[in-house]
Amino acid sequence: MRLFSIFKDILGNLVKGPVTRNYPAVKRAPFPGERGKLVIEEEKCIFCGMCARKCPSNALKVIRQPKEWHFEQFRCILCGSCVEACPKKCLKLLPRLPEE
Amino acid sequence: MSMLVPFGPQHPVLPEPLQLRLELNDEKVVSAVPVVGYVHRGLEKLAEQKDFIQDTFLIERVCGICSFMHSMAYSMGIEELMGIQIPDRARYLRVVWAELHRMHSHLLALGLLADAFGFENLFYTIWKIREEIMDAMECTTGARVMLGSCCIGGVRKDISPEQAKFVLEKLANFEKMFKRSSEVLMGDYSVKERLVGVGVIDGKKAYELGAVGPSLRGSGIAKDHRMTGYAAYGELGFEPVVENDGDCYARTMVRVRELYQSMNLVREALARLPEGELKTPFKGNPSGEAAVRVEQPRGEVLYYMRGNGSDKLDRLRIRTPTFANIAPLLTMLVGCNLPDVAVIILSIDPCISCTER
Repeated sequence: MRLFSIFKDILGNLVKGPVTRNYPAVKRAPFPGERGKLVIEEEKCIFCGMCARKCPSNALKVIRQPKEWHFEQFRCILCGSCVEACPKKCLKLLPRLPEE
Repeated sequence: MSMLVPFGPQHPVLPEPLQLRLELNDEKVVSAVPVVGYVHRGLEKLAEQKDFIQDTFLIERVCGICSFMHSMAYSMGIEELMGIQIPDRARYLRVVWAELHRMHSHLLALGLLADAFGFENLFYTIWKIREEIMDAMECTTGARVMLGSCCIGGVRKDISPEQAKFVLEKLANFEKMFKRSSEVLMGDYSVKERLVGVGVIDGKKAYELGAVGPSLRGSGIAKDHRMTGYAAYGELGFEPVVENDGDCYARTMVRVRELYQSMNLVREALARLPEGELKTPFKGNPSGEAAVRVEQPRGEVLYYMRGNGSDKLDRLRIRTPTFANIAPLLTMLVGCNLPDVAVIILSIDPCISCTER
């Protein structure tokens, strides 16, 4: 019978520092390729509406005349369908910046 | 004299809302009746209104734990309907992400179980180890849980040699860290006191009631859908993990041993990762009907889909493993003491959001 076999770990935890970071003072750098936020280079956009048609959560709305591109951040599920569909490659998914 | 006690839907040990109406005779449970419906989201109906490619992302959100395997099962169904043969590299990559998902799901379940029997330190330790697996998934796909890497015809993301090296490093860390925790889980006196002989269900009864996954394999029945060799499992030499006692301890042991097995499967799949395309291009819309089964961390999920040649499906039906495990759970609960109810519920690793969709 092994009685309280986690004691060794508990004693170790008493002398080791915390596992967690002192957030928000210390932040972890994002992984490259992390899907954090959707950005558009609007000058390259041709307002074809392909991104809005592919979006599974209806987060995008494109108006051809006048040329408008609307994005609802809170509906976006960061799947990247729009990025793949964009014929001009003007959409990008970037990591969320550490200061955000 | 018997009395009726509502267990849940808001209970400290339940991660999700499930109510069990327990009929008690003193401390002993005489019968249990489940009440579900607190987190129903109507996802099956919504899937009929979106096009079948958008559905891949919707279906991924059926479950917040085994999301990749849901999108994988759905994609396999559409591929069957449309006769798409996916590339070899995609098959292996699907195994890598599916097994990483199984690992983080089992670690989550073991941590919650430790919390349910009041072993807070073990709970924190296991969840600390889980972060290694989360990092491996985030590095390879850009997200922690909703990987979004599975698509119809293959996968959307690749694993580069550097990323594969990172995953292997994380697996080595996991192995080192989990060795201590698994010793505690398997050998500690206080853990055994709470798990051994609790919530017993024999193999025959579990099979008759339709138990799946670790709940069935913990009762000595070697049934695991990975044995059929879907994706790349057929080439990776898969053998199911089986325990014979049918109690909470046996179900926990199945999960502990499956963690090591999944780790080896990921290593093997990464070592044998073939070169080639990630995705088979396709045209047209699905028509006809298909039923697909995939082994998830909690057991077997069934996807039924019917297409009518348009871009929207006629019907999508999902039967999740927890749904199948609720009937055996009610049998396990009969005769147990009230303090053991929480432990027994968590020993089947319930996922209520999945079940209600």
